[in-house]
Amino acid sequence: MRGLWRDRRAAFGLALLALVTGAAVAGPLVSSGNPTAQHDVVATRFLRPLATDHAGSFHVLGTDRFGRDVWTRLVYGARVSLTVGALAVLLSVVIGVLVGGAAGYWPGPVRTSLLALTDFVLALPRVVLLLLLAAMARPSTVLVIVVLGLTGWMSVARLVHGEVRSLAARPFVEGAIALGVSRGRVLARHILPNALTPVIVSVALGLGNAIMLEASLSFLGVGVQPPTPSWGNMIASGRDTLVNAPWVAAAPGVALVLVVVACTLLGDALQDALDPTTRYETVR
Amino acid sequence: MLSHLGARALAGAVVLAGVVTLTFLLVRLAPGDPVERLLGPTATPAQLAVQRRALGLDRPLAAQYAIWVGRFARGDWGRSIATGRPVRVLLGEAVPATLALVGTSLILSYLLGLAVGAWQSGASPRVDTAISITTVTLFALPGFWLGLMLVMTFTYWMHWLPAFGATGLDADGLTGWSRLADRLRHFALPLATLTLIGVGGAARFARGAMRDVRSQPFVRTAEAKGLSPFLVTRRHVARNALIPIVTLLGLSLPALFSGAVLVEAVFAWPGVGRRLVEAVQARDYPVVMAATAVTAVLVVAGNLLTDLSVAWIDPRIRREKRQS
Repeated sequence: MRGLWRDRRAAFGLALLALVTGAAVAGPLVSSGNPTAQHDVVATRFLRPLATDHAGSFHVLGTDRFGRDVWTRLVYGARVSLTVGALAVLLSVVIGVLVGGAAGYWPGPVRTSLLALTDFVLALPRVVLLLLLAAMARPSTVLVIVVLGLTGWMSVARLVHGEVRSLAARPFVEGAIALGVSRGRVLARHILPNALTPVIVSVALGLGNAIMLEASLSFLGVGVQPPTPSWGNMIASGRDTLVNAPWVAAAPGVALVLVVVACTLLGDALQDALDPTTRYETVR
Repeated sequence: MLSHLGARALAGAVVLAGVVTLTFLLVRLAPGDPVERLLGPTATPAQLAVQRRALGLDRPLAAQYAIWVGRFARGDWGRSIATGRPVRVLLGEAVPATLALVGTSLILSYLLGLAVGAWQSGASPRVDTAISITTVTLFALPGFWLGLMLVMTFTYWMHWLPAFGATGLDADGLTGWSRLADRLRHFALPLATLTLIGVGGAARFARGAMRDVRSQPFVRTAEAKGLSPFLVTRRHVARNALIPIVTLLGLSLPALFSGAVLVEAVFAWPGVGRRLVEAVQARDYPVVMAATAVTAVLVVAGNLLTDLSVAWIDPRIRREKRQS
């Protein structure tokens, strides 16, 4: 694990995620502080990046069709996108660990049915499922988190299942059972903590994926609803002004790509750091 | 081999039944009513009731489900509530459009991805890193955003390619080559969007698979006996690396269809994905059900095909299956 910090992919990924998270947390300090602020719309709309408006405010990334500052919306959109992504991944990890842990620890009908369920959900086209689930209620931020969590737990479940199964056969588990520790306690105290290491990789990769899917849903209009800015609905609103104000759609997209790249690189680096057979990769 | 195939087909049928049932439940339990949308805000409760009865929507859910399954199996897919057109006609137009887009982009992505991965697995560390940065970025691009950026560049700035639909407004008047050219020009941007992202994913995976194979002793033997680097890659590395890659190809089908839903929405491509998005929004039950069922059939069939090709590529699996 120590080699991880010398891995340039991990360093880049962590630095970028820290930067974006920092900007999101410090929102009012690094931006105008109000993502929905509108002044004189006619005078301030579609200002180019690096422009200063009539009132003297500077707009690093220009303004959109309502004269709202794109940089401010990007920063506040990061709050929404990162929170949704993180909570969705948390939810899917919890479900995945429960399903995978149970499937790995209790052989027989429990394992068979849970694995069948996992394979089944894995075979569903996710966007179709997301569309249908999102249609179940009025679109909202909470709904997006729940929907992404419910459709993203399968890879975690598979991983945990495999780990738990192999750990359950190890001598230290047999020892704990021989000492009279209850089965539930063996699972919770001895097996799961050891099985969770590879889940870190899924968290990193899943975060990027969840942020991307949140943007997709918001782009289709069934995710986070305007005027709350999220990167997805910012791209959707920029779509209509692609000709005269391309920066409105371009900026959130670039932010999205950078965050997803950071998550993927971090996930790759973690994977290599955890897997001794590919350790040579991290030496570079 | 046959029994193995039978078991996989059975599993596929179970997935199919599950998808259809789940879709039915979700779309029915969702709030919103196609009849209210159809008749508009001025309709009286009596008019709504008459229309619901005419569509069979007043029956218990279980009965409606049974009726739908029976009719669907016999080929009677009903009529779209929103447009009144037969669902089979609607999807008959949409399925070829989606298959053309998804199929072509799948083939191109994997051919290009394999080539890039093979090149990269034997390249110097600096080239390897440069390509890795490119492929991870491509892989991270959201399809709908990449589509918009391509439209901005090639349609609005350069005026080269059309951005919307599968044919131009004057398509009916075109014949021969100009008709084909019109089709291809409309095909270019959606295809490029899906393929660029696909190449990123395929190349990343191909690089990993090839590196794994390249570190094996038999590759060193092949090199030691004097085979050219190209032949080593082609005969020994690529063939062995192909097995996990083809498996991934099958697993990536659902994701590819999901991606196509968004790309079709961006480019107004008249495929199944766009029909599905519209139908879900309008609560057009017959179209939602049929479109989901068709997508699920395509995904399941694709996975079966993948299974067969893995067995065909890997003689060990082929022989094992024959003996058992």
